[in-house]
Amino acid sequence: MNAPLPQDTAATAPLAFTGKARVALNDPRLRANFRRAMDGLMSKRAAQFADADEWRTLRARGAEARARALAKLPDLLERLERRCAENAITVHWAETTGQANAIVLDLLTAAGAKTVIKGKSMVSEEMHLNAHLAAHGITAIESDLGEYIIQLAGEAPSHIVMPCIHKNKAEIAALFAEHIPGQPYTENVDDLTGAARNALRGAFAAADAGISGVNFAVAETGTLVLIENEGNGRLSTTLPPLHIAVTGIEKVLEFLDDVPPLLSLLPRSATGQPITTYVNMISGPRRPGEKDGPQAVHLVLLDNGRSRVYDDPQLRDTLRCIRCAACLNHCPVYTRVGGHSYSFTYPGPIGKILSPQLEGLDCAGDQPHASSLCGACAEVCPVEIPIPDLLVRLRGEAISPTSRAVKGGGSARSLGDRLGRRLSTAILGQPRLYGLISRLAGRIGDRLPSWLPGLNRWTRVRSKPAFARRSLHALARERGYADE
Amino acid sequence: MNDTARAAILARLRAAPRSPAPAYPRPGTPAWAPPVHGSERLARFTALLEAAHAEVYQASATDWPARLAELLEQKAVARLLYAPTTPAGRQLAQAWGEATDGRPRLIAYDRPVEAMKETLVSGVEAALTGTLGGIAHTGSLVLWPTPDEPRLMSLLPPLHIALVEETAIADSLSALIASQHWAKAMPTNALLISGPSKTADIEQTLAYGVHGPKALIVLVIRP
Ligand code: SF4
Repeated sequence: MNAPLPQDTAATAPLAFTGKARVALNDPRLRANFRRAMDGLMSKRAAQFADADEWRTLRARGAEARARALAKLPDLLERLERRCAENAITVHWAETTGQANAIVLDLLTAAGAKTVIKGKSMVSEEMHLNAHLAAHGITAIESDLGEYIIQLAGEAPSHIVMPCIHKNKAEIAALFAEHIPGQPYTENVDDLTGAARNALRGAFAAADAGISGVNFAVAETGTLVLIENEGNGRLSTTLPPLHIAVTGIEKVLEFLDDVPPLLSLLPRSATGQPITTYVNMISGPRRPGEKDGPQAVHLVLLDNGRSRVYDDPQLRDTLRCIRCAACLNHCPVYTRVGGHSYSFTYPGPIGKILSPQLEGLDCAGDQPHASSLCGACAEVCPVEIPIPDLLVRLRGEAISPTSRAVKGGGSARSLGDRLGRRLSTAILGQPRLYGLISRLAGRIGDRLPSWLPGLNRWTRVRSKPAFARRSLHALARERGYADE
Repeated sequence: MNDTARAAILARLRAAPRSPAPAYPRPGTPAWAPPVHGSERLARFTALLEAAHAEVYQASATDWPARLAELLEQKAVARLLYAPTTPAGRQLAQAWGEATDGRPRLIAYDRPVEAMKETLVSGVEAALTGTLGGIAHTGSLVLWPTPDEPRLMSLLPPLHIALVEETAIADSLSALIASQHWAKAMPTNALLISGPSKTADIEQTLAYGVHGPKALIVLVIRP
């Protein structure tokens, strides 16, 4: 039995985060699905890193490997390209997702490919590759079980490691009964998994090409490292005659020796596993005498705004990310609203700093505000990305009058913001005025109605704060501190 | 075709402010070193693989084919894919040749995949491969497929049986990369395998064999 024809993933139109989040918060099924999943992932990760010393040293090594690779990025990309060429892997460069799509389409067309089997790849989601291929008559079938499920549902992933985490068994059972010919409704997970295996086996054997992402690209040896549990990644990159890998330009590592520490951090942070079932290290197509493996391997390096991110020494840390999703799993916002509330390919804390930089603050400027700045993301990040600092930086860029560091910088400067800033600068700059206003607030603050404009944005979902009777300044003066 | 893209990307990266690269390895603390398991190696290797739903047995260099025959009979395997030109493959064929009991038929992976796709995808219940060794730290098998022993053997059949020399079980991947000088010459496909194929995509419930083998048997060959 062949796999049913997949539908195109619906491209979701970017909507304001708050609106989507409100809808998600009112969906009890969605919230239950996420709550269960995230609690499990958090406790599994905690068990893996029970030894604080080990976590600290391993994490320092992982962060160092990523920071070193980024510091040498242009050199390492050239080295990677050279080593890949020596291994007979052809390297392509794309500035935009449009160029990357065109490269993939050209390779497939030249090979006469009609159907493609895909391993999981967030970069291909970023490219909306499936829709592009479908528009040119090429069918791309997702083979990761989670991706397959959401492809049947016509949805986008809601998590970067577990794409269909927002769905429960009953929803999946209904999807399979509807889309897989001859499949009865069952909530038995083994049966559902078996049905997917049967549906996809034929697709693997018949596919003209396989497309995958890349977890690490090793410059020293020209090796593409892919990690996964299902074996679909291995099948996609081994069985079809052509393998095309797509990756962001930041995924490079300098040495093969950098792989083990990151390999130890990634699955443990992601799903609490000591290692994934399969670690697939690809260093070339089938060589003379070998009986299997693809005849040709291509690597597409995608920029899509990453070199702009790279241009700022602070924001550059964004590019260290190894896509483990630990920050999503621990984020009090993500775990309540789920991934679809973010509108962009990368949800959760990493998305909140990556999307505005890739897409522009004018388009994704609300993302850095979808955070309580609690710091949970930075605490669990295995490569020490200071996510809250970057969130604050991006919030600043959005209203900075001169910002050029981020695409769309300064775009959130409204008249209200400008006036507000001027007003507060004026008040703070005049100690006597400031003193007067804070005394006044102490007197009448508690009597202000909560619907007052300015106050109501806070009080809509929180109780009104109690104003202090006496200001810190006054208290300090009483205790004998000099007030300057 | 995309020389311009390449030049533009590299030019932007080169024009960016350079920060000094952290030294490799980073001097000072905290210093990470791959774990050493010493005499605990085999025990850890076995425990982790079993925790990952694999079955681990021990055998000697001479009696493993007989042990394998027993296991295959229990699992009702009728056709076993094997690599006829490896030392293990020869030993297996020899052992099978003399036997008269109901052992599974041996199917040789002796032609390119294009000529054997049907057999590989749905024509065998199990496959036997060797390994380069094992890793105690993560409970992993290390495979470097070769022309004699191709990649798909460990992936397509529902049951994968792997032979590991006990003496080839290393402490960690780092130790192997260093001691065997992997960086000098990587094979087209190096693999770590740490259990049968699995997924937890449906409500975080573990299910085995979603695409690759549903079961993994590891035969540790004692010296
Ligand atoms: S930002 Fe850190 S925690 Fe989040 S996905 Fe990336 S590496 Fe993981």
